[in-house]
Amino acid sequence: MNYSDVFRDKELVQGLAKRIAELTRGRTEPLVFMEVCGTHTNAIYQFGLRSLLPPEVRLISGPGCPVCVTPNSYLDCAVALCRLPDVIIASFGDMLRVPGSSSSLMEERAKGADIRVVYSPLDAVQLAAKNPDKRVVFLGVGFETTAPTIAGSILAAKAQGLSNYFVLASHKTMPQPMAILSADPELQVDGYICPAHVSAIIGADAYRFLCEEYKVPCVVTGFEPTDVLQGVEMLVRQAIAGESKVEIQYSRVVRWEGNAKAQAMLADVFTPFDAPWRGIGVLPGSGLRIADKYAEFDAELAIPVQVEELKEHKGCLCGEILKGKVAPFDCPLFGGKCTPESPVGACMVSSEGTCAAAYKYGR
Amino acid sequence: MNNDLILLGHGSGGRLSHQLLDDLIIPQLSSVPVKGQNDAALLNIGGVKLAFSTDSYVVDPIFFPGGNIGDLAINGTVNDLAMMGARPLCLSVGFILEEGFSKEELSRILASMRQAADAAGVAIVTGDTKVVPKGKGDRIFINTSGIGALEHNLQIDGASARVGDKIIVNGCIGDHGIAVLSAREGLEIDSGIKSDSAPLNGLVTGLLTLGPALHVLRDPTRGGVATTLKEIALQSGVTVTLNEESLPINPGVKGVCSILGLDPLYVANEGKLLAMVAPERADEALEIMRRHPLGRDAAVIGEVTETSAGKVQMETLVGGMRGVEMLAGEQLPRIC
Repeated sequence: MNYSDVFRDKELVQGLAKRIAELTRGRTEPLVFMEVCGTHTNAIYQFGLRSLLPPEVRLISGPGCPVCVTPNSYLDCAVALCRLPDVIIASFGDMLRVPGSSSSLMEERAKGADIRVVYSPLDAVQLAAKNPDKRVVFLGVGFETTAPTIAGSILAAKAQGLSNYFVLASHKTMPQPMAILSADPELQVDGYICPAHVSAIIGADAYRFLCEEYKVPCVVTGFEPTDVLQGVEMLVRQAIAGESKVEIQYSRVVRWEGNAKAQAMLADVFTPFDAPWRGIGVLPGSGLRIADKYAEFDAELAIPVQVEELKEHKGCLCGEILKGKVAPFDCPLFGGKCTPESPVGACMVSSEGTCAAAYKYGR
Repeated sequence: MNNDLILLGHGSGGRLSHQLLDDLIIPQLSSVPVKGQNDAALLNIGGVKLAFSTDSYVVDPIFFPGGNIGDLAINGTVNDLAMMGARPLCLSVGFILEEGFSKEELSRILASMRQAADAAGVAIVTGDTKVVPKGKGDRIFINTSGIGALEHNLQIDGASARVGDKIIVNGCIGDHGIAVLSAREGLEIDSGIKSDSAPLNGLVTGLLTLGPALHVLRDPTRGGVATTLKEIALQSGVTVTLNEESLPINPGVKGVCSILGLDPLYVANEGKLLAMVAPERADEALEIMRRHPLGRDAAVIGEVTETSAGKVQMETLVGGMRGVEMLAGEQLPRIC
């Protein structure tokens, strides 16, 4: 048996589902738990976990997909950059399909732009070293999980003395949108399935203020089926007992204080800023931009470019879906005008997007 | 989004490829409506029944663990003929070479093509070579076409799946796609996975002894097992239910997929077939496969459960139920 198979044991999973059903039997109002991590969304759909839970427990998806929360304006800037003749755009794969105001990187690649899919930001640094006559721009998107590796790439480029490596940075940090959602009177969230990878960096203590200020239970949960269901069971127990505290289900990876080294790297290379979130708006201090001392690597500053006028897609409910207020199937565009091949909104683009997961697994 | 351009996803074998075929290519090239696509055309020429197929190979890198573009081009067309239950007879080969391509590499590719053709028992009888200027091609592209003899009266195609049919695969899925991906520049993964590229006509010869109990044969190449089953479900108007627990997947493939956020169900295969067989003969089919070197790890992975919808669903490892769709565009690695 593989290490991961232990966490996918059918009997354990069925046992957890049964316990959750017993705990919640007879409730008139369902308990609503939100996951704010795209990998959780994907795992819940991929393993069919909703079909195992009783109707008294509802899982909804929040703003957990880094691609989905990236606004059109960022994509427009990336598109403008890729049209420059001496620029190579290096990106993680799932950014390519995201539609901007009038184009996407995939479309630009088909027209001849030099856009490379890389698997690590360090590959992009290598690309810059191998192409001294080009400017390589890495699309720095993602939460606290991805940001340290991108900070590392900037430090590596500096150490190598590269002057042709840049990052178009639009990193987001997680606790702020959770606070906004907790304060939203239209949304009743009975608990958060807190992200696993993000929490490994920032530590479980980062959610304590949510429990104190908003009285909402938080459980840091792993990605395997037994992890998710055990996390749900812990949330159910807290909700029934009227408690609101942070618990760590994913104790094999996550610590209360997080990863000090990664945090130090983030504090050195990045600086917090008021970041725009697709569909949610600008959230104070919720993003990471490149710190002034590393400004030479900031694509936005170093490569001036004319960006097209911002156009938002009409009828797209990504914003409401990212806030957990609307389910994918309730969006009028879902599966018709908006499909993974021709996405209108970002939730349909990334494999971690709520709509993409619902389209792929949920129909 | 601008829908006027051909995107890489149009060649992925998934839903975009189908849309391109259904909306543009087939309506303009064929006067006869085509319901779904099989791996080869069936021809009746003066009472002689033949299968005819063509395929082009543009793989990158051209050499990968377990094979190269040459043996892939032979095996691929041999398999397309075999999936119609035909006995592959002869092939044509067309090369498009880029100026500056090394003769030594070409020679290695030719040698493996000859070896693959001999192993499959087919002759390469005609061909063509073109050279394009540097930068106008990618080193080497190969097209192969093939003719096979249909020596039975069975109806074996994507529209013949019936409720109750067991779905059998001849071994581990996703090996080819992961072997190619692992060898790609910039991705230094030593997965130990080799391509499964192989001629399946020998295995099919054994399965044909099942007679009318053999309903569908299909090789799940681009788009993987998920896309192929969805195609069959749509062609036959049935619901297919897979059992995730029974899917044979190499641990190395599982590992790479997990790191890159890929789903093995959508990863390409080049030496695998899916057979849909009447339930009463399924054990026999499994035995036939397991006796063959290319079918040692054969497994029943699901069955046809309903007559409606063109749907594929899967009972997951943990007992949950979820849908399975066609590959959408390219399979792209995720951010985290």
